[in-house]
Amino acid sequence: MKLSRKNGLRASAIGALVVSGALVLSACGSDNNTETPAKDGGTAKTSAASNIDCAGAKGKLLAAGSSAQRNAMDLWVKNFQAACEGVEINYQGIGSGGGITKFNQGQVAFAGSDSALKDEEVAESQKICTGGGKGVNLPMVGGPIAVAYKLDGVDNLILDASTIAKIFDNKITKWNDPAITKLNPGAKLPDSAIQAFHRSDESGTTQNLGKYLSTAAPADWKHDPKSKSWPAQGGQAANGSSGVATAVKDVEGSISYMELSYAEANKSSTVSIATGAAAPVAATTENASKAIAAAKVKGTGNDVALSLDYKTKADGAYPIVLVTYEIACDKGNKAETLPTLKAFLNYTVSEEGQKVLSDAGYAPLPAEIAAKVRAIVPTLS
Amino acid sequence: MATTTPDIQRNRRAKSASRPGDRIFSGLSRGSGITLLVIMAAIAGFLTYRAILAISKDSTSFFTTFEWNPAGNPPVFGIAVLAFGTIVSSVIAMLIAVPVAIGIALFISHYAPRKLAKPLAYVVDLLAAVPSIIYGLWGAIFLVPYLDGLNQWLDEYMGWTYIFDKSGEGVARNLFTVGILLAIMILPIITNVTREVFLQAPKMHEEAALALGATRWEVIRMSVLPFGRSGIISASMLGLGRALGETMAVAVVLSPSFLISGHLLDPGGGTFAQNIAAKFNEANEFGRDALIASGLVLFVITLLVNGAARWIIGRRKEYSGAAA
Repeated sequence: MKLSRKNGLRASAIGALVVSGALVLSACGSDNNTETPAKDGGTAKTSAASNIDCAGAKGKLLAAGSSAQRNAMDLWVKNFQAACEGVEINYQGIGSGGGITKFNQGQVAFAGSDSALKDEEVAESQKICTGGGKGVNLPMVGGPIAVAYKLDGVDNLILDASTIAKIFDNKITKWNDPAITKLNPGAKLPDSAIQAFHRSDESGTTQNLGKYLSTAAPADWKHDPKSKSWPAQGGQAANGSSGVATAVKDVEGSISYMELSYAEANKSSTVSIATGAAAPVAATTENASKAIAAAKVKGTGNDVALSLDYKTKADGAYPIVLVTYEIACDKGNKAETLPTLKAFLNYTVSEEGQKVLSDAGYAPLPAEIAAKVRAIVPTLS
Repeated sequence: MATTTPDIQRNRRAKSASRPGDRIFSGLSRGSGITLLVIMAAIAGFLTYRAILAISKDSTSFFTTFEWNPAGNPPVFGIAVLAFGTIVSSVIAMLIAVPVAIGIALFISHYAPRKLAKPLAYVVDLLAAVPSIIYGLWGAIFLVPYLDGLNQWLDEYMGWTYIFDKSGEGVARNLFTVGILLAIMILPIITNVTREVFLQAPKMHEEAALALGATRWEVIRMSVLPFGRSGIISASMLGLGRALGETMAVAVVLSPSFLISGHLLDPGGGTFAQNIAAKFNEANEFGRDALIASGLVLFVITLLVNGAARWIIGRRKEYSGAAA
């Protein structure tokens, strides 16, 4: 017994040594990792932080919502906090549903959402927005949803809404299907199976793709367009944007949909959409802005909820886009956070705030819509 | 004399009962016990309350629906696929992990030279310290591509068994892969508990068996395994509990779909915990209630599994270490 206990002690000492050694090593590693991006971010910050109007912003501002706009938020928060001393903005990317719930419970000053408030959510918001106010949708960030694929020897795949719908609905299962070859004359399409991936988690990206498909190809996509979880049967799934992006990167013959930044980060090819415009439209932030410009404002008063025109045939307008909103009270915001809220939203919708978006894979708001939001933000009370 | 003795006894009793250390300790331990019961009751109450909110508005049968769309109009959701996937993946994990764990435990306790046994035991402990998200990433990035080959082989040579018949294309993000991953994750807990039990097998029995001329394998079969049987069962149940509730690793590896398929190699299926992790973020208030309702089912399944384990161990008390 004694002997074994001694051995145990010695072995545990060795174990402790190994573990602490690993900790030291990993600590060094993470130091090195964080250093490089900090340098890049630092230079971007100083140039962007110059013209931000802090206008009484102070203290802590809590926000939560859509993870689709989190990267944009991170960028804005960093710039804003650098310019305005003593301000701390905390945006939690917990998802649109969670963000709206928290907003309607009065836990956050504003929520980020991939879709405009529903009627019952507006009604609920009236409890929080005192003095007859209600929650309003302010479009802030746009983004193209890219259809990314991996197919050896095919660089510029062109598809239209109907073929995309059929692919994701498992009606088209081979890459050399006549519907695809017709759109891609001259491309060497193999006789192999299409491996369509979708998101396994609930996502605004899935919802916006569904809205696009059911509007632009209603005959081929008969699933619930409002569903945030994948409505169709079959196909394969992966968790999160990064999950589907990795799947497309690894699996030959795969196709999926994701925010453009994820496709670019993995250097995946993206599909150009044949919309009926003069030429097929590639997935770029610029083309997405053009499509958002075609949207109609369906909100009234201070509400700028957009109704996107998924059937747009305008030249260079990429139709699969998502617009994320910031949701705040038009009247009756909390007095202590109101100045910070206004100053921050003022910055995000300003030319300067919108300019930084395209570097992060987002589409800036088109001028007309941005002007509308710019006029509303100062009237928040 | 006759009058003082009871006094002394009373004094002694009173004294021992009034020592502050005793009172504090008994208070603390009783408090801990009560706290645990209160917490469990609170969890069960919360789950039941929210689950009733959801199920009362479910337009279809909660137990037989193959769909999850609580945000739809009318709301449609059911746990059939989740229950199937959870149980199938856990059973696969148990089938792989239990024999391997017993083998490792026996090797450490009875076969390996001491110099090898100790480090091996530590390595097994380390397996338990890896966070489940790391297992998930490893599974998705490393294991899945490497299992594609195995899947094709199984499809080709074992396809006649139906369960290994792969009906379509698709990478190995299926319940079979999840089962293998879960097996690795529950291996350390089963190994550790069984090893401890095997080490406690009465030396006298083993020596008696040896004296009768038994080989090492016969010693293990005659004295160690029967003695450790209840330990093996309770260790397996601990492992099963972890397999049933594993969340992140499954969420990262599995390609879920709301279909029940006996073809284990086809991507699809889902588990309770994976489904909750995937849907919780974007779900609205009612969707969350629906997810919590599925959580209640998992809670009940886990309770049943634990109860079954207790029952089995209770029946086999004659083998347990406490009786020996």
